Amino acid sequence: MKKTSTVEKTNWPITILLIIGCLTVFFPLYMAVIIAFKKPSEMTNDIAGALAFPSSWGFENFREAMEVTDFWNSLGNSLLISISTVLLAIIIHSLAGYAIGRNKAKSKFYNLAYLYIVSGMFVPFAILMMPLVKQTAQMGIGNWVGVIVLYVVFYMPMNLMLYSGYLTNIPVALEEAARVDGASTWRTYWSIIFPNMKPMHATVAVLTALSVWNDVMTPLVIMSGTAKNTLPLAQLNFQTQFGTNYNLAFASYLLALIPILIFYLVCQKQILNGVVNGAVK
Amino acid sequence: MKNDRKRTFMMITIPVLVLFFVFNTLPLIKGFMYSFTNFKGYGSYDFVGLRNYIDLFQDARVGKSYLFTFKFALVGTLIVNVLSLIMALALNNKIRFKSALRGIYFIPNILGGLVIGYIFGFIFTYILPAAGKAAGIGFLSNSWLSSTKWAWFAIVVVAAWQSIAMNTIIYISGLQTVPEDVYEAGSIDGATGWTKFKSLTFPLIMPFFSINMVLCMKNFLMAFDQIVALTNGGPAQSTESISYLIYKNGMDGGQFGFQSANAVLFFVVIVLISVFQLTVLGKKEEQL
Repeated sequence: MKKTSTVEKTNWPITILLIIGCLTVFFPLYMAVIIAFKKPSEMTNDIAGALAFPSSWGFENFREAMEVTDFWNSLGNSLLISISTVLLAIIIHSLAGYAIGRNKAKSKFYNLAYLYIVSGMFVPFAILMMPLVKQTAQMGIGNWVGVIVLYVVFYMPMNLMLYSGYLTNIPVALEEAARVDGASTWRTYWSIIFPNMKPMHATVAVLTALSVWNDVMTPLVIMSGTAKNTLPLAQLNFQTQFGTNYNLAFASYLLALIPILIFYLVCQKQILNGVVNGAVK
Repeated sequence: MKNDRKRTFMMITIPVLVLFFVFNTLPLIKGFMYSFTNFKGYGSYDFVGLRNYIDLFQDARVGKSYLFTFKFALVGTLIVNVLSLIMALALNNKIRFKSALRGIYFIPNILGGLVIGYIFGFIFTYILPAAGKAAGIGFLSNSWLSSTKWAWFAIVVVAAWQSIAMNTIIYISGLQTVPEDVYEAGSIDGATGWTKFKSLTFPLIMPFFSINMVLCMKNFLMAFDQIVALTNGGPAQSTESISYLIYKNGMDGGQFGFQSANAVLFFVVIVLISVFQLTVLGKKEEQL
């Protein structure tokens, strides 16, 4: 009898604690918003003044920040790099997952190929960084192209693992039926296997997009000579221009956070599922 | 037909392996080779044998960065896992607004470490000291970031703020795999509160604990963005992580060869820690 009552009842104390706890998430964001709207003359050192609303909600800081950091170009570069990487990851990594995952149980070669790529997960970027700067420059891809190529390589171990793991759920019999109808392996892949891996594509897309969008280190070292910025990189490179004008800087930070927040609001469910799938599988 | 299949698989695998070799294995080999040279990053260089490796163990700055990184990673992993377990238990309760709350608590994880670092940097420099003065708490009234004793902890706070979000949802998905009847059986035996958690819940979510430990430790060991944003390794080089030092002195400081040796050592350390964690945690899982 006791059981049913505990199942039904809402635990209000915990609900309320959790709602109050949301402050830890919102406080830094709140600070970012109010500082971004304030004028330098409104910045005070006493705590009440620092936490207060700005006297007016004008968009002057944002307009200026967009100019200083070349916002639209940085945003464009970030979008270009993230979208290209995600598309390439879905195509290349799923193909690799298919070819290697389907054969690694019975073929030594494919099993070795699998272990070789997956063990790349343990290689820290710090050790590759310096040789890669030289190498990409020599190859003429010391720019956004090189950054995309590197991302495709860096996320391969993780994504290969995810795809080949997911493939065990898709029976080989499905392909055999198509083969009997005379379709080539290549066509069978695109018409049957690729569409069937749709849930895994979503996971890979979410995980890859989040990491690429927020990454600073790769574009920092590879693109440093090109005068081009990604959105996070612009924040780093324009620190000196911001100087002590925190209002301008925070308007710029907020602009850098908004795209990913919108993405999260729209695809929250897919993102949460993707992150869990990626970690647990 | 059979040949077509084999050929297709080969035609996919070979280019993928070449791509991976060229941009992962090749630079790894090059980095290893540079570690035996006195290369500055430009100009000519000579092979110096094991000189760099010997120097690594005598270099105070390198030693300091390893100490900082380990302290940072251990304390961070501990804090993150304790807090995210508590969060996950709370969020998995019979609460109202469950999905909204879960959604909100995940926000820190999607935001970029660099920008978050800048925002927290301002809070640590201005807001926290102002609050400390207003409340008369001496310990808070100076910025943590300018103190060699506390700057590292400020970075832990920011990194934890972001990682807790991630680890919490992994724990939640773990808690959801625990079948309801286990608790029913447990409550008949009188297991409640801490006992229930220790002897029922925790052993059942052990695999998720392993994932979180490994993921969290790895991220903390490789910390970079937050350090660039918060302290740039200061004050007095007290918060230089290994990645940060390799980047700073290797790319700009003319220590390409020396920092390559440091990177090789770091790689070995990461592999050893991961293997150690996986075997220890794997054994624990087997026992259960």
